[in-house]
Amino acid sequence: MTRWLALTLANVMRQGTSLCRAMAIEIDIAHVARLARLDLDEDQLAHYGAQLDAIVAYAAEVQAVDTSDIPEMSHPMGMENSFRDDVVVPSLDRDQVLEMAPAQEDGAFLVPPSLGDEAEEGDES
Amino acid sequence: MTWAPVVGIEVHVELRTLSKMFCGCAVSFGGAPNTNVCPTCLALPGALPVPNRTALDSIVAIGLALNCDINEHSIFHRKNYFYTDLPKNYQISQFDLPIATDGWLEVDTGEGPRRIRIERAHMEEDTGKSTHVGEGGRIHTAEKTLVDFNRAGTPLVEIVSRPDIHSAVEARAYAQELRALVVELGVSDARMEEGSIRFDANVSIRPHGDSELGTKVEIKNMNSFRSLERAVDHEIGRQIGAMEAGKPIVQETRHWDEAGGLTTSMRGKEGSSDYRYFPDPDLVPLRIDEEWIERIRGTLPELPSTRRQRYLGQGLDSHSAGVLASSDADLRSLHDDAVASGADPTASANWITGEITAWMRRTETEPGDLDLDGARLAEMVGMVADGDLSASAAKDVLDGVLSGEGGPREVAEARDLIQVSDRAAVSEIVGSVLADNPEAVARYRDGEHKVVGFLVGQVMRASGGKADPQLANELLRAQLSG
Repeated sequence: MTRWLALTLANVMRQGTSLCRAMAIEIDIAHVARLARLDLDEDQLAHYGAQLDAIVAYAAEVQAVDTSDIPEMSHPMGMENSFRDDVVVPSLDRDQVLEMAPAQEDGAFLVPPSLGDEAEEGDES
Repeated sequence: MTWAPVVGIEVHVELRTLSKMFCGCAVSFGGAPNTNVCPTCLALPGALPVPNRTALDSIVAIGLALNCDINEHSIFHRKNYFYTDLPKNYQISQFDLPIATDGWLEVDTGEGPRRIRIERAHMEEDTGKSTHVGEGGRIHTAEKTLVDFNRAGTPLVEIVSRPDIHSAVEARAYAQELRALVVELGVSDARMEEGSIRFDANVSIRPHGDSELGTKVEIKNMNSFRSLERAVDHEIGRQIGAMEAGKPIVQETRHWDEAGGLTTSMRGKEGSSDYRYFPDPDLVPLRIDEEWIERIRGTLPELPSTRRQRYLGQGLDSHSAGVLASSDADLRSLHDDAVASGADPTASANWITGEITAWMRRTETEPGDLDLDGARLAEMVGMVADGDLSASAAKDVLDGVLSGEGGPREVAEARDLIQVSDRAAVSEIVGSVLADNPEAVARYRDGEHKVVGFLVGQVMRASGGKADPQLANELLRAQLSG
């Protein structure tokens, strides 16, 4: 299990994720908090920053493992190509769906516009 | 200093599958809000995504049509960001292991074909739709936002070009070629007005001859080919203006304002690491083997660029070949059948893209409902070539044929439009016209050669419009000089 976890983490790092990049530099805890929309005060930044440093330091130990002759692996399960056929199945009842929302209007989820400068960060729409 | 524009284009294509990418909700446009949603596309806890096999077939077809390598091994990543129309707070997408890489698309703006390299085509899912209610419908002035998740999870293919495009005209040609390609493949409706195909452009400029790329600006919100061309053109001009005024170009995303004809800044562009991509643990890796690839390759139709080459090979000029290659399938088979029946390809294409298209527009007829087959078109083209029909009479004949009056010869005879191109018959008319117009004959012989036009008119009138005017002209000159 430990070996598995180690290999998976090593692979994740080799793929150049932000975690890997973060290790090369100091973790910018304020930046990470902003990306997660967490409003942390100075004490909390220090508190969680120290914890994150410990996690990254642990992951750094894994990076020392020689994985040069081990094939890349993105998933711990030895599975691939799990698909579904292109068949429509019934959707949920709309009233039931909208009941879960704090607010609704005209069949839509109603949300406040208070998204500020970060509102258009998502650029796929 | 002269500046060289460098443009790359990102295209999002919604696939026309029956169900969504990772769940069985129907893909539909314009339905009542939130009626095609389920635990998976709403991101309710515990719901798991399962990829749609048909959507993957479609991206393999797109990749092959774009001359890409189809990677045997690829995986899905999570692209993390927060927005109201993204229920999971991440979009399932692909990152460093996309399905298709390193292809090209041939584009011809009339100056000869050029290959625009394709960097990648990857599979992802669309977001929901936000409607900002309040002043102007723009987000910063909205009072509230309504969210509809019907579109969330629609299979989306993103196709990214290399920065190989050098002008606004070429950007438009690339976009049109790409749209024609996905329509031909039958994988998408590709309706710009419905957003089922969307184009974003990355624009930068550099001094002519420089190899280093300038700072790029992404422009969005172009909803027609024309607005894409205008937006790129405007942005190139804006950047040149800024550089020449000594102002730096800021890396950012700009919004195209169609009414104002300009781009405005949306926000600073964030680095890709801010999306914190990581492999989606809910989705197992994809392995697309040779057998899968060959199965899809076997289903590929003739693509617009291949077809255009075929038409050029028939002797069509670049414009006609392009118009015909991207026209309706029924019109193309009309052309192909006419050529197979012996029609001159150029004449066939000219009739189809000219008179026939105009007739369809006038009578609001769909190509599939045209009462004309290739054999009849070939017959008519042949009658014109043989001198049995003048070009103007042929238009009348075409009208008769399309109106269901019978075949070209039948209509020509019934409407008394067969051209007299028998030398003896025309010669006789020429003789009598010359005898009736001694004054014109005298003027011709005094050197006023343009009077022959008047005489041709007299021959046409005497023949009831049926004489071959070219032959009449030739015989008139011969007799006048004799």
